[in-house]
Amino acid sequence: MARIVFGDEFGRQFAGGQTHFELDVKNVRQLIRVLDEMFPGIGEHLEAGAIAIDNEIIPDPWLNPIQPDSEVFFLPPIRGGETEWLMNFAFYPMR
Amino acid sequence: MAAFGPYALPNVRVVGIEAVANRPLCYSYRAPGAPLSSFAVESVVDELAQKLNIDPLELRMKNGSKEGTQMVYGPKLKAVGNLECLKALQNHPINKIKLGPNQGRGVATGFWFNLGGQSSAVVNIAEDGTATIMTGSPDIGGSRASMALMAAEVLGIDYTKVRPIVGDTAAVGFCEITHGSRVTFATGMAIIQAAEDVVRQCRERVAKTWEVGVEDVLWQDGQAVPKPGSAADNQKPQTLAQIAAKAARTGGPLVGSAAINAGGAGPAFGAHICDVEVDPETGHVTVLRYVAAQDAGKAIHPSYVEGQIQGGVTQGIGWALNEEYIYGEDGRLQNPGFLDYRIPVASDLPMIEPIILEIPNPGHPFGVRGVGEVPIVPPLGAIANAVTRATGVRMTDLPLTPPKILAAIDAKK
Repeated sequence: MARIVFGDEFGRQFAGGQTHFELDVKNVRQLIRVLDEMFPGIGEHLEAGAIAIDNEIIPDPWLNPIQPDSEVFFLPPIRGGETEWLMNFAFYPMR
Repeated sequence: MAAFGPYALPNVRVVGIEAVANRPLCYSYRAPGAPLSSFAVESVVDELAQKLNIDPLELRMKNGSKEGTQMVYGPKLKAVGNLECLKALQNHPINKIKLGPNQGRGVATGFWFNLGGQSSAVVNIAEDGTATIMTGSPDIGGSRASMALMAAEVLGIDYTKVRPIVGDTAAVGFCEITHGSRVTFATGMAIIQAAEDVVRQCRERVAKTWEVGVEDVLWQDGQAVPKPGSAADNQKPQTLAQIAAKAARTGGPLVGSAAINAGGAGPAFGAHICDVEVDPETGHVTVLRYVAAQDAGKAIHPSYVEGQIQGGVTQGIGWALNEEYIYGEDGRLQNPGFLDYRIPVASDLPMIEPIILEIPNPGHPFGVRGVGEVPIVPPLGAIANAVTRATGVRMTDLPLTPPKILAAIDAKK
């Protein structure tokens, strides 16, 4: 199962403090749907951000595949040379 | 996200606080947010080096991030050149120069994550085998030359036979704006794929002409050549110009295109060292020497990479020494134009010596990583650390204007 990680602050705001999950999902779209079922309303916040799958940041994720051994980090919206990513920033606990 | 990038920190927690002020709003800029937060971290690291009595480059080498280091924002680094930049500075002759009175040497490192994103490109081959390439990324740092070089490399033709054009969305597909140091990386990737599309078409047409399978036609040095030992073995190679001249009879114009959302952007690292001299009578800072090492992944056009490094350093020195908004007691901005808002000019600066290192980004076919933003990140810390060492007073408030420096020196007395 893929390992999914939220930032501390994001987890506190939208997932009752949970930050680490193990889920059986095939792609980003499915992952967001599953998480939205677990935490209703979280999907729109997840879709607004970026994702790093197996250490590669994907700015506009949707159909990107997730492997059973993948590690997925949800990131805030990021843009270099713009300020959008400065908003709602949350950092990750190192575990 | 950026300030701790150069360090391997097994235990770190960052708390960000937004403060609202009645000042001009934060807006798009080179590496937004990174130079300021980096200044704080690099100052603290410099203090640590002083207290531990260890060379500041060595301290950074011992604690520097590298391939496999987990970043504060989550993912682990792939191949990056942070330690290589530090090593380049350690080996630089600047370290052998003895400093005089009121002079100081400062060091700082910088990180920028870089981005890919959406880009489109078209490659048109004319009847004479020359290429016109078009993207929607405006050329703000020499990117047309880099696009032409990458297309020429894939097509196997001379650079002078490629004409790069910037078009709008009436002429070519959408390209995101120039942000995230993305253009040479992402739009370059689109150009590469569009040129590969042309190569594929050329091989297919030659295969039909030779009446063999496309797998029997290889592309080498700008021409279709028969695969040794294949059914095409007795055929004469066909240059791009020869194939283009017959294009009307083999299916029409040769046009390659690509539209992508590029992932795989490799983070950029830079390490800077500088010498300054502080006039104890006036507080004026003269930058004597400045060396900036940066990992470009692959420098497609090295002169333009050097230009990006020098430009970024210059902007950073401006933030370190001069640039600030000055308000009157009535709250009005006193320096709203470039006459009074002091940015560095050539006569303020020494030769900024760039060192380009090439640790290939595994996420790009040529190893490219963005280079435009990271060079503005270290200068604030490097200059402040140098001034600190020249004056003996830790400088924590930028810009380091003469009155501020004089006040710090006086307070020390």
